[in-house]
Amino acid sequence: MSTVPAEGVRVCAVDDLLPECGTGALVGEDRVALFRLASDEVLAVQQRDPYSGANVLSRGIVGDVAGAPTITSPLLKQVWDLRTGACLDPVGKDPVDLRVYRVVVDGEDVRVLP
Amino acid sequence: MTADLAAAPGRVVVVGAGMVAHRFAEQLCRRDGDWTLTVIGDEPHAPYDRVHLSEVFAGRTAEDLVLDASVWDDPRTTLVTGDRVVSLDRAAQTVTTASGRVEPYDQLVLATGSWAWVPRAEGTDLPGVLRYRTLADLVDLRTWVEGRAAALGRPLRGVVVGGGVLGLEAAAALGTLGVAPTVVEFADRLMAVQLDAGGGEALRVLVTELGMEIRTSTAASRVLAGAEGTVAGLELSDGEVLPADVVVYSTGIRPRDRLAREGGLPVAERGGVVVGPTCRTEDPAVWAIGEVASHDGECAGLVAPGNAMADVVVDRLFGGDKVYSKAADGTKLKGVGVDAAAFGDVLGLTPGALEVTFADPVARTYRKLVVSDDARVLLGGVFVGDIELYSQLRPLLGRPLGADPSAFLAPAGGAAPVQTDLPDDVVLCSCSNVSVGTVRAAVTEHGCRSVGEVKTCTRAGTVCGSCVPLLTKVVNGTLEKAGFTVSNAMCEHFGMPRAELYALVRTEGLRTFSEIVARHGQGRGCAVCKPVVASILSSLGIGHVLQPDQVTLQDTNDRLLGNMQKDGTYSVVPRMPGGEITPDKLLAFAQIADDFGLFTRVTGAQRIGMFGARQDQLPEIWRRLVDAGFESGQAYGKSLRAVKTCIGSTWCRFGVQDSSTMAVRLELRYRGLRAPHKFKVGVSGCARECAEARGKDVGVIATEKGWNVYVGGNGGFTPRHADLLAEDLDDDRLIQVIDRFLALYVRSADRLQRTAPWVASYPGGIDALRRVLVDDADGIGAELEAEVARHVGAYVDEWRATLEDPEMLRRFTPYVNAPDATDTDLSYVPVRGQARPARPDEQGYPDLLSARAAGTEEER
Repeated sequence: MSTVPAEGVRVCAVDDLLPECGTGALVGEDRVALFRLASDEVLAVQQRDPYSGANVLSRGIVGDVAGAPTITSPLLKQVWDLRTGACLDPVGKDPVDLRVYRVVVDGEDVRVLP
Repeated sequence: MTADLAAAPGRVVVVGAGMVAHRFAEQLCRRDGDWTLTVIGDEPHAPYDRVHLSEVFAGRTAEDLVLDASVWDDPRTTLVTGDRVVSLDRAAQTVTTASGRVEPYDQLVLATGSWAWVPRAEGTDLPGVLRYRTLADLVDLRTWVEGRAAALGRPLRGVVVGGGVLGLEAAAALGTLGVAPTVVEFADRLMAVQLDAGGGEALRVLVTELGMEIRTSTAASRVLAGAEGTVAGLELSDGEVLPADVVVYSTGIRPRDRLAREGGLPVAERGGVVVGPTCRTEDPAVWAIGEVASHDGECAGLVAPGNAMADVVVDRLFGGDKVYSKAADGTKLKGVGVDAAAFGDVLGLTPGALEVTFADPVARTYRKLVVSDDARVLLGGVFVGDIELYSQLRPLLGRPLGADPSAFLAPAGGAAPVQTDLPDDVVLCSCSNVSVGTVRAAVTEHGCRSVGEVKTCTRAGTVCGSCVPLLTKVVNGTLEKAGFTVSNAMCEHFGMPRAELYALVRTEGLRTFSEIVARHGQGRGCAVCKPVVASILSSLGIGHVLQPDQVTLQDTNDRLLGNMQKDGTYSVVPRMPGGEITPDKLLAFAQIADDFGLFTRVTGAQRIGMFGARQDQLPEIWRRLVDAGFESGQAYGKSLRAVKTCIGSTWCRFGVQDSSTMAVRLELRYRGLRAPHKFKVGVSGCARECAEARGKDVGVIATEKGWNVYVGGNGGFTPRHADLLAEDLDDDRLIQVIDRFLALYVRSADRLQRTAPWVASYPGGIDALRRVLVDDADGIGAELEAEVARHVGAYVDEWRATLEDPEMLRRFTPYVNAPDATDTDLSYVPVRGQARPARPDEQGYPDLLSARAAGTEEER
């Protein structure tokens, strides 16, 4: 399903990412939402909001729930764990998890793997 | 015999591995004693959640639907899947499966459920004629649709025969798969078994809007084959032929009672294994539960009664005396995108029954209560479009309503006087058969401290979920009574409400989220507290909302300075104070809308909005608008939206004051002022009130002597007329009073609290507010005015400032590594000379311009 090559793709430098502010990236044909946490850890999930079908998740608010970094959908406010993709608050819907991508920070380079 | 059972049920065999069999296994596993359990099902899956089957099309996998599999880890249980029981030998007490497995039993439970019945008609065996009942049916449907779409290379058309709950779910699933669905229903309305005529009609309107075509009072007479021998159409009883690439039959279910029939057990006239209230058949060692069991000649078609039967049999196996009684059925439509639910005597057939109906064709809601002849006892209810009352009222079926029925049906906002002190024996969750008393005991005796814990402990609210609002109410009520504080914390990061945080930030002069959360909260924030902090900082004049330490706090719309629409694009609404626009500016505006193909309309706030701007297009659109003399209209902000006005005494022969000039003055004063929620202002030039100012947060109405000012009005979800705050003010005094009002609201309202509830709940009411704001009794008037004055002095147009800052502009790039790529999932269709987003079932064009062009082409 994924079009991300196994060896990964360099998408940007760490400093291109504002801390706690999502950024979209095109990796293969996969649309990915990248998040740099306050700790400089970089995480990635699918850009598509499964509830609306719109490619908007990088535009949501980054936060945490009980210490786990989270993203909230900017459309209907569902909340997911950025590390596992697990839906933590489906806002009354049935939970749908997100696909997560592996991210390697290699010096300055941010690479996204399948 | 019962005594023997109490000691040892022995070898228990369940035929069928559906939801009810799972419930039976779960209940049995809670019992000690001498027993083993074998559950044999013909589907290849472990028991799964058939109620939420349609969610497979929303991305859930078959594994996600599997019901709690830990019961199969119990060493006493054995689950056999993919093997069907083909014969029953009651003399030898064995069942035999298709693969030759012979299973001896001491107690046999038939839980074979039902099968999807398809009427005998020509062509129902053609490839492409499908059903909608099992996971396998859904896989077949998806495979067929994807194959045909690929082979035909065009959007498919589909017909669903049967407009019941499952039929509508099937139609919605077709829509998800990109197939335009038509629903054919023999009865005169949708969900004919559950809804009355009014409810059925309301539902028809709603699903038609979703893109379904509905044909009622029509029968499907035969399925027609195309040249390839696959389905090509459906002929209706009136001779009309609906072209179709797929036909799904959802025409009802029939109990799977063949095993019992061939085993010589009595079977009811309309099918189903005959059982008594104990769920036992004529053979003392054989029981039947779920949809295959016939009680008084009727089979149930829902999971809740099946679960209740499973509980009865487990209880009986251990010597209990539980009996099954037909409980109140309620049905809720799921997975279709439209809300509809009903329970009890929906048609008002009880002698003397009264019906109280509230239908709102504008809000597209239909609500009806059926009550006893003295209007006291609740007998049934129908809810379409808005089903909030369903979960609250269904548990009260057959009990006193506690208030006048019409009070419940008043338009949204008329607070329903629903009693929360439900009796303990009321069934709160009928799917899992959990009473209010059990929920209360979970809190008081078993130490549950949250709705989530109560769900896990009692299983209430875990099947269909419709009772969760009521569950929450009962759990929180019980917690409060038991002395636990139900917290007024904003979220897990801040333990205080917004007004307290505002005061702390203001007095301590804090400037960043990190500072604030370090001093007064914990963690890294969330979508609740971050926008609150952003709004507080903005109200206190910290500067541009998109500066680096602020942008990450902004809610959806503030993040890119536009209102995000359902497809992730934005609306563009420049300010037009007083609703005035010069022809020159109108021309410039039109040119921009035309160049980008934006959907253009006059908004409800007397300005013009453009829809469908992609994030990467926003800066260019706004650059051109700013160049033409426009500024941000803050239609996206929790801030002043617009000041609505009439033309006033400059033109109008009735006007007594120049309302337009006052409106422009007010809009330019309060533009950009961030508040706990959005707020609107209205100015009318005479008592005729053409600007509808009393429906606004601040309403100004001209008098012969000056202006009257009203506060706390609202339209929207909970309409409220504003209260008179002061009379006959001159221009400057009016500004002073409004300054004070807005500043106090910004200071002390709760998160997302509009002025209407804030004014309504102000201690001492409007009189106290008048003393503070008009009479300045507390001496804080000057301070409040200074806060607004600072805002006015520091105002800059957010969009102009953004366009001047390359760092802020970078955030409008959709892909950090592909600046020129755009979102290829966007899809538009023509509508009335413009373009709108395509629905999931529509084939669209990749952008607004091409969709609009295609529409123009079609008209020629």
